[in-house]
Amino acid sequence: MATEPLPLQKTADVAPADAAPGAAPAVAPETGHPLVRFDDVVKRYGDHVVLDGLNFSVRRGEHITLIGPSGSGKTTILRLLMTLEKVSDGVIWVDGSPLSHVRTPAGVLKPAPEKHLREARKKIGMVFQQFNLFPNMKVLQNITEAPVNVLGKDREEAEARARELLDLVGLSAKIDAHPSQLSGGQQQRVAIARALAMEPEILLLDEVTSALDPELVAGVLELLGDIARNTDITMLCVTHEMNFARDVSETVLMFDSGQVIESGPPEKIFTDPEHERTREFLDAVL
Amino acid sequence: MNGFDWNAAGDALPLLLEGFRVTLLATVLGTLVAAVLGLAVAVAGRAPSRFVTVPVRAVTEFVRSTPLLVQLVGAAALFTSVEPLTIGIVVLGIHYAAYTSEVYRAGIDSVPKGQWEACRALSLGPRRTWQAVILPQAVRNVLPALGNYAISMFKETPFLAVITVQEMVFEARKYGADHFAYTEAFTLAGLVFLVASYPTSLLMRKLEKRLGH
Repeated sequence: MATEPLPLQKTADVAPADAAPGAAPAVAPETGHPLVRFDDVVKRYGDHVVLDGLNFSVRRGEHITLIGPSGSGKTTILRLLMTLEKVSDGVIWVDGSPLSHVRTPAGVLKPAPEKHLREARKKIGMVFQQFNLFPNMKVLQNITEAPVNVLGKDREEAEARARELLDLVGLSAKIDAHPSQLSGGQQQRVAIARALAMEPEILLLDEVTSALDPELVAGVLELLGDIARNTDITMLCVTHEMNFARDVSETVLMFDSGQVIESGPPEKIFTDPEHERTREFLDAVL
Repeated sequence: MNGFDWNAAGDALPLLLEGFRVTLLATVLGTLVAAVLGLAVAVAGRAPSRFVTVPVRAVTEFVRSTPLLVQLVGAAALFTSVEPLTIGIVVLGIHYAAYTSEVYRAGIDSVPKGQWEACRALSLGPRRTWQAVILPQAVRNVLPALGNYAISMFKETPFLAVITVQEMVFEARKYGADHFAYTEAFTLAGLVFLVASYPTSLLMRKLEKRLGH
């Protein structure tokens, strides 16, 4: 599956013209502002503070893994970015614009209405732990539903693209199956294809292998590795798969108690962590 | 009374079957109104604005808290120029919509949260979310319960006689009064109800099984 060229091409304008031929940079060059920036983001549920003045940013094309103990707020970060939740305080910036806010004529930021959010979401895709495929639709329609009804693609074009994506995820044979007829690993591959069909700039992966039987995990991780290497999609990944963090991401963020306590390239974090909490956490999971 | 008069029963049957056609018509159309209106009420009940949800809840509460009979008489008194059968169908439909809306609500609640989130993650608009994802799953879950309300409505159509709709029980009473054969007429009407609703409820049970409930 991984040996063929993927039908996902890096957009030409990402690599600078003077880049060394053949040396596709893993990370796109800085373009002035980060693609995603969390600016003093606070998320509370009642009295419970999940994120406490969180600051971090993600460059375009970067692949970031969020690690940390359960309940440290990793998934909340993805859910805020997907606008499934609202920030309690602070601002999330995507591509230089506030994600969950709009600027009033006076220049003040106020919480954005649903319509704005729907527009803002289009550049962001998400794959869930529980797949969340639509059980009442066949595999093909699961993938074409949003491109046709949200992006306004014509059905034929959307179906052709869906076929390519199913080929990419190795499930061409299941195009007419219902999700209930697929294994967990297959469902997750369809969910990945569905997210990719929307051509997101940012792909959020929320513990995508946690609900899978152990023997199905490798295939899904391999697929995500292919996508990371062969596209310029920015990826934020919450995972307990440390191998995936090591192989795919350039940056690992270690979370604890709603804060980034340490960040750096995986080789640094995994071999020589600076923070005591990181060391404890890695000792526990590795 | 000298036992059961089989001749009178045979005599009454054609009249009753004539009335049964009206009963059936009222049930089918009333069910249709209840199914569509109940769905609309259930969806409106989830609207983000209180200006929608509060009046909707008030009206359903009113309908549910007053007897069908009173609603029928009230509607007939208000709309004197409308055909009694039309009033009967609409009132039956509205009355049952107050109940089917609750059934739909339960069905909508039973769709996992992840389905809503997947819709949002794909930027589907509210219309498409309801139409393509939520309602197909919700309705599938509640089909058996809706069927039971249809049977229940079928058995309440005799109330329509009060506003002079000539359904089966109306005809039975008329025949009984004309020939002093109430026992025969009403027994027969009861049998027709049984013969019609029992297979229907068997069918519903089969459907329930097939849907895996």
